[in-house]
Amino acid sequence: MTTLVIAEHDNSELQASTYNTIAAASKLEGETVVLVAGHECQSVADQAAKAEGVDKVLLAQAEFLEHLLAEDVEKAVMAQEGDYSHILAPASTFGKNMMPRIAALLDVQQISDIISVESEDTFKRPVYAGNAIATVKSNDKKKVITVRATAFDALATEGGSASIENVSAGSHTELSNYVGEELTESERPDLGTARVVVSGGRGMGNGENFEMLEQLADKLGAAVGASRAAVDAGFVPNDYQVGQTGKIVAPELYIAVGISGAIQHLAGMKDSKVIVAINKDEEAPIFQVADYGLVEDLFKVVPELIESL
Amino acid sequence: MKILVAIKRVIDANVKVRVKPDNSGVETANVKMSMNPFCEIAVEEAVRLKEQGIASEIVAVSIGNQQCQETLRTALALGADKAVLVKTEDALEPLAVAKTLQKVVEQEEPQMVLMGKQSIDGDNNQTGQMLAALLGWGQGTFASKVDVEDGKVQVTREIDGGLQTIELKLPAVVTTDLRLNEPRFASLPNIMKAKRKPLDEVALADLGVDTASRTETLSVENPPERSEGIKVENVAELVDKLKNEAKVI
Ligand SMILES: Cc1cc2nc3c(=O)[nH]c(=O)nc-3n(C[C@H](O)[C@H](O)[C@H](O)COP(=O)(O)OP(=O)(O)OC[C@H]3O[C@@H](n4cnc5c(N)ncnc54)[C@H](O)[C@@H]3O)c2cc1C
Ligand SMILES: Cc1cc2nc3c(=O)[nH]c(=O)nc-3n(C[C@H](O)[C@H](O)[C@H](O)COP(=O)(O)OP(=O)(O)OC[C@H]3O[C@@H](n4cnc5c(N)ncnc54)[C@H](O)[C@@H]3O)c2cc1C
Repeated sequence: MTTLVIAEHDNSELQASTYNTIAAASKLEGETVVLVAGHECQSVADQAAKAEGVDKVLLAQAEFLEHLLAEDVEKAVMAQEGDYSHILAPASTFGKNMMPRIAALLDVQQISDIISVESEDTFKRPVYAGNAIATVKSNDKKKVITVRATAFDALATEGGSASIENVSAGSHTELSNYVGEELTESERPDLGTARVVVSGGRGMGNGENFEMLEQLADKLGAAVGASRAAVDAGFVPNDYQVGQTGKIVAPELYIAVGISGAIQHLAGMKDSKVIVAINKDEEAPIFQVADYGLVEDLFKVVPELIESL
Repeated sequence: MKILVAIKRVIDANVKVRVKPDNSGVETANVKMSMNPFCEIAVEEAVRLKEQGIASEIVAVSIGNQQCQETLRTALALGADKAVLVKTEDALEPLAVAKTLQKVVEQEEPQMVLMGKQSIDGDNNQTGQMLAALLGWGQGTFASKVDVEDGKVQVTREIDGGLQTIELKLPAVVTTDLRLNEPRFASLPNIMKAKRKPLDEVALADLGVDTASRTETLSVENPPERSEGIKVENVAELVDKLKNEAKVI
């Protein structure tokens, strides 16, 4: 048995989610091979080769793989000759986008967003916005799986010395072409992996008021997140959304400010170690999951909190 | 251009889902069902493309039991021209849904298939991508903007880092994200009109697709409970607890 992990990266750095996926792969028997498909991404392959738990790295480089468009990544993965029992990728927008294509072409029913490996063919995954946890057994010959990064602790990023092999990059499909990107620039830690997350909801009132949360985040070395309502209202960009249909986070400390705690929001943060809720409505459902609740006007207490840190 | 919209009937987003005591699944008896919210967004986008004169016909399709008729009638009331119900009593997996939709696409020959990025029950986020791969088409997933021009479609996608725009050759599959549009409500006259629009039924068995389950759900359990914590009186107490009790700052 050999597991193939499809690396998520930006052609220079291996994303944290890839390390979590390697950790999930190492719960399976046999070797772990990492495929780095991209453009001018040797440095990514070097990082993957150093990661604990990796036995071999495959490097597939081509200009058309620069933006990792789903159709082209599919071709690059399908071009690999090894016989893999399991194919894994992070359940990020990268993995969610391309992985089902590979599953369909292999005629395999993908198992999405696993949170545990029970055995070679049995996995746990949340359904209904995390209201239920299903234990699913795959009867397909090959298993195609996306991994919830927050559910698997990363192994060491240094110390390994896997070999790197250059492999075929497949061919450009020309079904889709890259036009452009508008990425959120931030000096703060990545929302998905931050140790502390400060999130704001509709209660913030407008986008300017989010500056307050950014100050708080800077004091705590935190990432800033938001509820869907705050994103829909245009207070912050889409990539801030935490929840069932946004990002899943599980930091050491999650501070929810002006967020009511709808089930779809809870689905994205209730695995956080410590949850703090600041809300002026003592009936708000967020208090049912909060370790520490403060029933107050956020405009009064957030500045106080910034002061006292 | 003809657009096919795939819609799924799911437990309403506002229902608190309950796990069955025997852990075989979740309670669906006497539970309010609705069109999957992402599918509503897909229908709305199709209707807007028709209003702009880009789409000429909208066909809504759902795979499921007889009650899915209701959901399809809603799509017709919102502006779809015709509906197709592929009837089955089985809960199909995404791969089987994609294979079934592939057959419908071969029959209907749309230039675009619009669907939800995920359904809020299975939360799989697979079907659109699988359908695109099976058809050998391009895909624009998690769309927050769709522009059709000269036989191509530009799709702005919500990705983890922000937004990405790609251009796809048509035909293509587009899956919707939350910010694509705000779905309208069906008006009473349109609900009445929808009753007279065509709704075809085909039996899944007659399509000749292999829809056998590849996975078994061994159990469905409640997630670990989080116990309710305490209320603090003020910021000083909060900071003290975080420092000395939880030790997270
Ligand atoms: C298909 C679907 C998918 C969804 N996906 C997501 C998702 O991924 N993530 C997500 O977050 N939501 C999601 N939602 C939306 C979710 O159902 C809620 O509507 C949303 O989370 C509400 O956001 P909120 O808590 O900011 O707003 P509200 O529910 O309006 O809550 C605002 C809160 O702020 C408090 N408040 C107001 N002013 C102050 C003040 N001055 N001081 C202190 N407190 C104050 C209020 O008491 C209230 O509790 C989804 C919904 C659907 C149907
Ligand atoms: C607790 C639980 C137990 C389950 N047990 C089983 C089981 O024992 N056997 C089994 O086979 N499956 C089982 N399922 C799978 C369930 O039926 C899934 O909903 C199904 O796999 C479809 O996945 P999805 O809707 O999440 O796909 P997604 O990929 O999330 O759906 C995305 C989009 O695809 C389209 N789409 C999806 N389904 C349809 C449809 N029927 N008609 C038209 N368009 C559609 C819609 O546009 C939708 O927005 C179970 C699911 C759960 C939650």
